[in-house]
Amino acid sequence: MQHVDVKQPEPPTDDNRWKLLQGKMRKLGIGRSSLIETLHNVQDIFGYLDESALKFVAGTLHVPLSRVYGVATFYHFFNLRPQGEHTCVVCTGTACHIKGVDKLIDQIGEVANVEPDETSPDGKVSLLTARCIGACGLAPAAVFDGEVVGKLDEETVTGKLKGWLDND
Amino acid sequence: MTREELQEIAENELEAREELDHLIFVCNAASCQSSQGLQLIESLKSGIEEKELGDTVEVKGAGCMGLCAAGPLVLIEPDGILYTQVKPEDAGEILNHLESEAVERLKTDLEMPFFGKQVKIVLENSGKIDPEKIEDYIAMEGYTALNRVITEMSPGEVIDVISDSGLRGRGGAGYPTGLKWSTVGIAEDVQKYVVCNADEGDPGAFMDRSVLESDPHRVLEGMAIAGYAVGADKGYIYVRAEYPLAIERLREAIKRARRLNLLGNNIFGSQFSFNLEIRLGAGAFVCGEETALLASIEGRQGRPRPRPPYPAEYGLWGHPTLINNVETFANVAPIIRNGAEWFASIGTENSKGTKVFAMAGSINNTGLIEVPMGITLRDIIYDLGGGLPEDLKFKAVQTGGPSGGCVPEEHLDMPVDYESLKEVGTMMGSGGMIVVDASSDMVSDVAKYFVEFCKSESCGKCVPCRVGTAQMYDLLDKISKDEATQRDLDLLVDLCDVVRNTSLCGLGQAAPQPVLSTLEYFKEDYDAHLQKATDKLTHAVQREE
Repeated sequence: MQHVDVKQPEPPTDDNRWKLLQGKMRKLGIGRSSLIETLHNVQDIFGYLDESALKFVAGTLHVPLSRVYGVATFYHFFNLRPQGEHTCVVCTGTACHIKGVDKLIDQIGEVANVEPDETSPDGKVSLLTARCIGACGLAPAAVFDGEVVGKLDEETVTGKLKGWLDND
Repeated sequence: MTREELQEIAENELEAREELDHLIFVCNAASCQSSQGLQLIESLKSGIEEKELGDTVEVKGAGCMGLCAAGPLVLIEPDGILYTQVKPEDAGEILNHLESEAVERLKTDLEMPFFGKQVKIVLENSGKIDPEKIEDYIAMEGYTALNRVITEMSPGEVIDVISDSGLRGRGGAGYPTGLKWSTVGIAEDVQKYVVCNADEGDPGAFMDRSVLESDPHRVLEGMAIAGYAVGADKGYIYVRAEYPLAIERLREAIKRARRLNLLGNNIFGSQFSFNLEIRLGAGAFVCGEETALLASIEGRQGRPRPRPPYPAEYGLWGHPTLINNVETFANVAPIIRNGAEWFASIGTENSKGTKVFAMAGSINNTGLIEVPMGITLRDIIYDLGGGLPEDLKFKAVQTGGPSGGCVPEEHLDMPVDYESLKEVGTMMGSGGMIVVDASSDMVSDVAKYFVEFCKSESCGKCVPCRVGTAQMYDLLDKISKDEATQRDLDLLVDLCDVVRNTSLCGLGQAAPQPVLSTLEYFKEDYDAHLQKATDKLTHAVQREE
């Protein structure tokens, strides 16, 4: 599935991160089966998948743009919009649901002025929900900037968010 | 690598352990990491340095010890003392008490049923080895099973052992593992694949995560043995992107195993080669469905296709492919090491071995347990689980996730095995167990919750699932808001029947299960909503008059 003889597209900008991506793509192999792994890499490097990145991936892997877009939107894990400075991923798995996570989501929304699956207008906080983060023993749980916090209550949530909002 | 070299690594590791007076294991899985586990390891390490105990005491980050609710957990060997809810500031006190009485306020009774009633096969090393060190796994007889199959057994003999053991798929449906292996084994093709389904998407289940984080080599060894048995030289682990720690440990494990030639080309100097790669999921529950998972590995949208042909004949890129779940692969090495009869002697007539369950919800000992098949639900919930918190009354236990159902009090004495669970309208599933107390409303807290889940996770390929789950959700929403009539409820039941019988894959086929099982056992919750709707209507009519 190597297409070495086909001309590769130039990166959209001279941002060095594209070079990093190209290196990773070469390592994965240039072919349509690398598509999902490549999108993971783009998201790791740039934080989200924008139009120029989707086009660049489509061109490099020789996959129709429609298919790249289809895959990027099919999977929940990919973001097509930039995230806020901080992200809070709230688990909505069964255990967390039973332990009243809905109220916590409302509370986070109020404190940080953000709707679920959106970023606050000031760009500070993105509030996301996950189907289950596998920390059911500690329900209700959420991931604050990559750190799993379990046994959440109103106080911890407010504390975490205030820490973000006041410090910056 | 030869058998002697493998043995040497094991002996060196065990000797090094023997030279120590104490070995301290600190749970270093995701759950305990989130309750200051890492800081605890650091403060123990600096305590050892300060007290100059470096020659006699060692601290190891270990895998999950099960009792997640009381984390972080610390195990002191060789004394076998388990401390719970340890804080970084407790480090000094723990170190001071190594040579004397244990610290009473932190100590947990290992005789309590939570530990005493467990039988550990899959989790035998969990909490007792450092998952990031391959030597630790080898010291626990790791990779000896792989060595034995490659040097002493024919592929057919390996499949026979797995068949005789009675092992069934731990992903949920319980298909006989040996039968699956032999189907792939006899398929004729130069290229075959082994795939590990580590896309644990069931909300409420975290046992696969725990195995991957606590003992990743066990899964790799199981996959390599499967590769040898079915004639595959290439494997993929499809793991959820939501499990970063598991991914990191798997990557590390594959790298180390490859370095020692326990994976890669000509393993143990034989003709057998087995290369493994990780593929990341991207947050789609339907990818737990095997044909959808394969589509995802191929870089496409994770949509299932009709079966047959089954992946055993037509899988990845059209080649015969063996797909098993994490826990299934984790059972393989111990079966080879201890024999089929040993495994078959545990469990019930048709469900052999043990099952790992994740206990969560309204229960005292939330966490992970491994119990022999055939144990009763009551034993699990009241003995191991320690019952419900004082002020709460038991209502149901939900098993099998979105594909499962609820078991009421009256069936709690039933043995836990594939068939019995099916008989009462639920399933083993991957092993999530959520205890629901009397304060919950089964319509909105359980049925509506799971149907909403299936609705939003439906891949949209087939109409019954795409449209049916959406309609089911609307009806449940109406019922839960006290706006429905008996006619709506009848419609819901009809719809359940259609969605169950006409959906393309397991997601749609099982989506009605939580509704049907709550309707069977908790009809009064539905009736209460209907009654309230009638009352509302009557009031409205009266007001108009």
